[in-house]
Amino acid sequence: MSRIKEKFIELKASNQRALISYIMAGFPNEKSTLSVIRGLVKGGVDIIELGFPFSDPLADGPTIQNASTISLEKGTKISRFFNLVKQIRKETDTPLILMTYSNILYHKGFSKFIQDAKKVGIDGFILPDMSVEESKEYIHSAKNFADTIFLVSPNTSNKRINKISNVSTGFLYLVAVFGTTGVKSEIKSYTIDAIKNIKKINKNKIPLCVGFGVSTPDDVKRYVKAGADGVIVGSAFLKIIEKTPQDQLQTKIEKFTKSLKKETLRK
Amino acid sequence: MKYPKNGKFGEFGGKYIPETLVPAIEELEENYLKFKNNKEFKKEFNYYLKVYAGRPTPLYYAKNLSEKIGGGKIFLKREDLLHGGAHKINNTIGQALLAKKMKKKRIIAETGAGQHGVATAMACAALGMKAEVYMGYKDTVRQKLNVYRMNMLGSKVHPVMSGSKTLKDAINEAIRDWITNVENTYYLLGSAVGPHPYPVMVRDFQSVIGKEIKSQMKKMNKKLDTVIACVGGGSNAIGTFYPLVDTDAEIIGVEAGGHGLKTKKHSATLSGGSKGILHGMMTYLLQDDEGQITETHSISAGLDYPGVGPEHAFFKDINRIKYHSATDKEVIDAFLMLTQTEGIIPALESAHAISEAIKIARKSKTSESIVVTLSGRGDKDVEEVQNYLSRNVKN
Repeated sequence: MSRIKEKFIELKASNQRALISYIMAGFPNEKSTLSVIRGLVKGGVDIIELGFPFSDPLADGPTIQNASTISLEKGTKISRFFNLVKQIRKETDTPLILMTYSNILYHKGFSKFIQDAKKVGIDGFILPDMSVEESKEYIHSAKNFADTIFLVSPNTSNKRINKISNVSTGFLYLVAVFGTTGVKSEIKSYTIDAIKNIKKINKNKIPLCVGFGVSTPDDVKRYVKAGADGVIVGSAFLKIIEKTPQDQLQTKIEKFTKSLKKETLRK
Repeated sequence: MKYPKNGKFGEFGGKYIPETLVPAIEELEENYLKFKNNKEFKKEFNYYLKVYAGRPTPLYYAKNLSEKIGGGKIFLKREDLLHGGAHKINNTIGQALLAKKMKKKRIIAETGAGQHGVATAMACAALGMKAEVYMGYKDTVRQKLNVYRMNMLGSKVHPVMSGSKTLKDAINEAIRDWITNVENTYYLLGSAVGPHPYPVMVRDFQSVIGKEIKSQMKKMNKKLDTVIACVGGGSNAIGTFYPLVDTDAEIIGVEAGGHGLKTKKHSATLSGGSKGILHGMMTYLLQDDEGQITETHSISAGLDYPGVGPEHAFFKDINRIKYHSATDKEVIDAFLMLTQTEGIIPALESAHAISEAIKIARKSKTSESIVVTLSGRGDKDVEEVQNYLSRNVKN
């Protein structure tokens, strides 16, 4: 069983929902990524998404675009990224998900990339530009190696929710708002409706986690209340990383993580 | 390939898109399929092409140029004479009409050289709509007259500061806007690129070019030996080539060779690229050995793009169409030669095709016919060419 699946079983048993964080590897440098990971783990994060930068991140808002550009300028390469994952794996068993764009995997070959990533300790993948229609080779390559986490949107039809839920493993990622990552808006009623609808369709077959624009403990609280099995916080972490000096990074991240994690405990 | 199943041209094309866009893409395809053979829609489209855009465009025998070269006969398909000065209007009228039928209130577009942005602004003004156009900051500087034109036509230009600040980044930003405003917005894409159904839809709207060439050559009783067009995203080229792929004609697409294919400063995706996924499609891309998209260079902003339409990728792989390239220097030479022999100032994009035509004409017999699509006029480029010439005189 994958680390991600085990984690959701463990959380369920202890009446918790998942706190999932997204950070960009190598932003602003590899040393700070390690400090951030330590802060996240100490703060009680359940799953970590590690972004690998792509030159053209068309599903991302300004915060992650900027982090991608800086990470690439700092020389983030696949081999260095894998070394970083190895170092992280020495310190923690927290499930690690690699989030990037389809071309990065396609270019190396889906099978080779996924197996190399699995060897260093990656447990799953999120590719925001991989539609279920084009995913045959990707899913086939990942089978028995890593989870393939797919996204659904509040405008996804029930028929597609079924189709996507059938190929998504680990969890299902609900995009909370129409927009790119990191866009702050009040919680929409259409998102709450989507959570309820998807849960009804899937009958708890796969955990449902909500991301995009989730940035405060209050956001976490409200999505948890609506029935989400987990939340994904990304740009809010990157904003802290952007403005915090290296020596305070770990404690700042730990504190913020704790404030979010608190809201995932079932009342 | 008439209407590609699942949007695939062989292994190319497809729909590599964020899930939020799927309903919008499905709605677009459904409406496109509904209207493309609808009598009323076709009538309206043809009406605007004729009395608004100025179709059919002439097929002009470039006698002076041909005689100067002393080989094959060069014919120019004069898309430069269309309203707005480029072939882009064929597609923008078609898509703006479709957007109107779909009752979309908001139109967005991307533009490189500004030609598609201007053509979008014109079609929207004519049909009582307003557009917002994303344009790389670098392009807003080198094509600032087109920015003024778009503003005057009532459209809003958003300069894009991300990435290389050129066409690819303008497409990224337009897609981000579309994801955000998916419920009321129509994305009017300007080239035969992007997720299905854009490549096939843009091809169909541009195919009027190739169809006219076919009937004009027939009327003149000429056999078509070679047909040439420039390729960036490849909309004028696929519109020229698609109706002619079933003939015996040799077909050549010409990419931007920039400083030469051996340097990294070019935009010749099919000649110097490899397969990959960008902007919703599988196609050839200019990328590094990690799959990161690389920065491109071309003297013409309209060809400065690291991808190419997926149907071109398909025709390259099955060897039906050849893809060559022309360097910046060859393009300037062709630009000047056409200007001086025929009194026609071509767009720098189109001058790539002229350059290839000159090479082919030199090797062919006077009985052979070479048709070149002159996709746009060069008024927008005279400053760029003047600067290039001044630099080279100094050197």
